[in-house]
Amino acid sequence: MEYAAHDETSFVRPAEVGEMELYHAKTWLGKYVFSQDAKTIAIQYAGTAIAIGMVALVLSWFMRLQLAWPNTFAFIDPAYYLQAVTMHGMIMVVYLLTALFLGGFGNYLIPLMVGARDMVFPWLNMISFWVYFTAVVLLAASFFVGGGSTGAGWTLYPPQAILPGTPGSEAGILLMLASLAVFIIGFTMGGLNYVVTILQARTRGMTLMRMPLTVWGIFVATILALFAFPALFVSAIMMSLDVLLGTSFFMPAIMTMGNEGSHVGGNPLLFQHLFWFFGHPEVYIVALPAFGIVSDLISIHARKNIFGYRMMVWAIVIIGALSFVVWAHHMYVSGMNPYFGFFFATTTLIIAVPTALKVYNWVLTLWRGNIHLTIPMLFSIAFLLFFINGGMTGLFLGNATVSMPLSDTLFVVAHFHMVMAVAPVMVVCGAIYHWYPKITGRWYHEGMARFHFWVTFVGSYLVFLPMHYLGIMGVPRRYFEITGTTFLPDSAQSVNASITIAALVVGFAQIVFLYNLITSAFNGKKAPGNPWNATTLEWQTETTPPGHGNFGKELPCVYRWAYDYSVPGVEDDFIPQNVPPRNAQA
Amino acid sequence: MFAAIVLLVLVLGTVVFHLLSPWYFTPIASNWSSMDSTVTLTFIVTGLAFVLVNIFIAYCLIKFRNKPERRAEYEPESIKMESWLTILTTVGIAAMLAPGLLIWKDVVTPPDDSMNLEVLARQWNWSYRLPGEDGKLGAVAVSHTTADNPLGIDPSDPFGQDDIIVYDPVLHLKVDQPVTFLLRSTDVLHNFTVPQFRVKMDFVPGQVSYIWAEPQKEGSYDLLCEELCGVGHYAMRGRVIVDSEEAYASLASRSTHLR
Ligand code: HEM
Ligand SMILES: [Cu+2]
Ligand SMILES: [Cu+2]
Repeated sequence: MEYAAHDETSFVRPAEVGEMELYHAKTWLGKYVFSQDAKTIAIQYAGTAIAIGMVALVLSWFMRLQLAWPNTFAFIDPAYYLQAVTMHGMIMVVYLLTALFLGGFGNYLIPLMVGARDMVFPWLNMISFWVYFTAVVLLAASFFVGGGSTGAGWTLYPPQAILPGTPGSEAGILLMLASLAVFIIGFTMGGLNYVVTILQARTRGMTLMRMPLTVWGIFVATILALFAFPALFVSAIMMSLDVLLGTSFFMPAIMTMGNEGSHVGGNPLLFQHLFWFFGHPEVYIVALPAFGIVSDLISIHARKNIFGYRMMVWAIVIIGALSFVVWAHHMYVSGMNPYFGFFFATTTLIIAVPTALKVYNWVLTLWRGNIHLTIPMLFSIAFLLFFINGGMTGLFLGNATVSMPLSDTLFVVAHFHMVMAVAPVMVVCGAIYHWYPKITGRWYHEGMARFHFWVTFVGSYLVFLPMHYLGIMGVPRRYFEITGTTFLPDSAQSVNASITIAALVVGFAQIVFLYNLITSAFNGKKAPGNPWNATTLEWQTETTPPGHGNFGKELPCVYRWAYDYSVPGVEDDFIPQNVPPRNAQA
Repeated sequence: MFAAIVLLVLVLGTVVFHLLSPWYFTPIASNWSSMDSTVTLTFIVTGLAFVLVNIFIAYCLIKFRNKPERRAEYEPESIKMESWLTILTTVGIAAMLAPGLLIWKDVVTPPDDSMNLEVLARQWNWSYRLPGEDGKLGAVAVSHTTADNPLGIDPSDPFGQDDIIVYDPVLHLKVDQPVTFLLRSTDVLHNFTVPQFRVKMDFVPGQVSYIWAEPQKEGSYDLLCEELCGVGHYAMRGRVIVDSEEAYASLASRSTHLR
């Protein structure tokens, strides 16, 4: 057997940059509000993302109430339903998950895990957060303007997005487009920072192939985002121009509300291509950090090296690259040239191979491990169930022929919730519990955490598994209600009701989660510096929580990969990355 | 132990739910049963993978759970095992992709004997246009639209003058007659879905898209719009009635008066 990933003796190269000069804030404002410390910025990102995410969660309750008991809740009319669908989807994908994984976990973990004192451009990092914050404010403002927020679906397809007949077609859609543009500007600042930090500020000995998979996932996801978001940026600008200046990028000659419109010659499909050129990689922008983090959680809590580290790295890179050539699998029935279907079905199913390999390697990491069923491990197992399930239904929707009866139905909604909503959220929860003792220096309440886990795990499955079958029966997505058809049995409505009950219970558990996180930060038990006996550098800091500058007087020097768990001949079942070979046997 | 059992219950429960619950496709009424077969095939392949991988996880959770004396194995990688898994996965995926691509070829190529008819979708209703005696649909453009000519038929095109226009949301089709639906919208995106036909396609203003099917079972079916088209989206319903040859013939002679 060749132990290539594990080369204890290889020469330790000097760090590519020397000690960086840290900025020390002098005022309270500079320390806590306009902080330039990546750890503080991370908390600001995470707090903002979770706060706006709660709004999206509440919107999902309204949708579910309407679907289960149509015509019972007077405040939910068809327009309101569409606005809820749209804002829920957009907030969850962009403003919660993207911001939380990259702005939150990225900021906290990248410098600590690669052994840097901070991000290389701390000031830019601070601005990045405040630009993101502005985007969230713009988005939230659209709830309150005349006509309300946009109800065009999170895909914002023109022409309807900017025509009367769609809610929020006046101010709502413009605010949404503006908010997205601002978000992308802020993200680009942060993203360049993460990439440069990973490439340039790794500590001595931290070669790329010794980086923890968490960093690899965030790294590749950030690169994807830097390439994908510009497509959304230009489409947002072009659509705004169609509204404000009367250009016709996406607007053909049409009749609207009985009158001939003023546009001519634009193409709505152009928008869809641009949107999905962003939209598909966006799925992986959310998924890759989750892949990386869950690899580390499984390895640490099974006390075993991640199986096939090199393959895992290459799979992340290959999936990232391929994710740019599959976008039109969202458009099989869009009216684009249907011959594209051959190409995009093939690329889409090819991408399933590296994805499946990742699953095998997670599972093989459990094999002959020493599995501790801690909260982070439980959430990792939950991730596996949801991800495997959603991955399987992806093979239905990626294959043009198979997808046809299913596209635009609740089957699609169930699929993407499994694979890119619930699965990454499981990782988010697992990761928060895992790093909580490091971030706060205290333990969360174990009982509440277990309650949160079991309800979320079982409850989410009960929400989204039956939803597939509503879709198979033919219930379309984005439907305010579907009574009066001849093909749906009455029992479909009881499925809807049970889904809603499960969704409300799951939602309640998230409140317990937040309560636990907030109260334990003040009165939780004190936690030691490396409670999980983990190898990566963030657990080897001098103080917990790590102080300004992360490490002590000297930056750690790295001698080994991140997965030296249960090494034969060594008594401890882990060897931190900064332990030199000669000290390892002790 | 408990976690493994819950996992097993969820996974096996999924299989039982799939097999025993009454909720599945509505019975098919068109020629696309090959499409249903690809769905079944995909369910079998992915279902097997789903169950096997999850049972393996549950097994590991029981077998390798932490005990005081336990120590994990140290095994960085196994190129051989990873290669075998890659090959196996590739084979499974090819087995699902190949029939999919073959049938997709049929989906994109309407048969020669299919009848063309236009479906016009507007916020939020349906109309139809059938070729008249000349068997051809006339040219249309948004700029010709007036109150008396809501479909925008070009007055100078002779083919258009005998076209049969149906302003009713109900469309009659003849059983066993392949139809190519030419989909045209004059305002926003819409979609043409008859769940029993399985195929569906969007309308895009500014172009004409198409989809074809051969209705094979007489009956009355719901027509739905499945592309978000504004507040009336959910209420944009129509009806497709598949008639026997005789019923269709008597109807066709009547509807010429609708002109
Ligand atoms: C308990 C949690 C959740 C529930 C109950 C829920 C429920 C729903 C419902 C009912 C819809 C609308 C279905 C329709 O009528 O088309 C929807 C749409 C959507 N959800 Fe969720 N959701 C949840 C969490 C999430 C999360 C975490 C994400 C993050 C990715 C997410 C992303 C989306 C997206 C992108 C849409 C599509 C919006 C559109 O059609 O424009 N959801 N969700
Ligand atoms: Cu995609
Ligand atoms: Cu519609």
